[in-house]
Amino acid sequence: MSTMKRRTFLKGTIAAGAVLAAASTGLLRPARALAAEWPEAAFESRGIQAAIKGLYGSSDLTSSDAIQIKAPLQAENGAQVPFAVSTSLPDVKNINVLVEANARPLAANMRVERAAGFFSARLKMAKTSDVHVVVNSGGKLYTAKQHIKVTAGGCGG
Amino acid sequence: MTKRMKIRTRTQEGMIEVQVLVTHPMETGLRKDKQTKKTIPAHFIQKMSLYHNDALAVEADLGISISEDPLIGFRLPTAKDGDKVKVTWSDNKGETGAIDTVVEG
Repeated sequence: MSTMKRRTFLKGTIAAGAVLAAASTGLLRPARALAAEWPEAAFESRGIQAAIKGLYGSSDLTSSDAIQIKAPLQAENGAQVPFAVSTSLPDVKNINVLVEANARPLAANMRVERAAGFFSARLKMAKTSDVHVVVNSGGKLYTAKQHIKVTAGGCGG
Repeated sequence: MTKRMKIRTRTQEGMIEVQVLVTHPMETGLRKDKQTKKTIPAHFIQKMSLYHNDALAVEADLGISISEDPLIGFRLPTAKDGDKVKVTWSDNKGETGAIDTVVEG
């Protein structure tokens, strides 16, 4: 191998090594760049206003009676509180559920691609609280809430 | 460890509703072990996606206020009997799961 060729070969090897190193440290993540990232700041927020602001950059909410909440008025077990929301608002892009009294209120951020304005889940509730729903309808944020009384908390420990 | 999943479809208010159950601890990362006094590390589902005939219908980000063994429901206004639905999830530790079924109203 001549000096020249050896140098070219080494350069190539080092460059390939750098790409591999970058890929393994997560600098290049083509697959993850396509999917939306989990909105950590919003889920880490300790208040509902901060969580909504984290998701939308605004917490300007309008109350709406076009959001229907189906949940018990009183829950015996705060670890499993059934909760369902449906809305007749048009062009629903997101539905959020937030448990006001929980340490991390944001429970869910649903992005609608081709589905109805409906979401259901069972919630953890540390104690009696308002549960808020925010619906992004065509870029405007609408809200409704229900007070749920909890007789045994769900975030024990 | 593989988590168990269940999926079912039913008709609700004139629409197909897909319900999925994942056996998952949904550990908050805020609780302490009573004996050791150490914080129990967070372990919870962060993302769930619903596909209707292979097209993405819903993507949901989930947090620690969702109960243990999440039971999540979505509705598909255009779904009909015989359509294929699939749900996938991933958690904060990189575990994933998927289940599919055929719509039966």
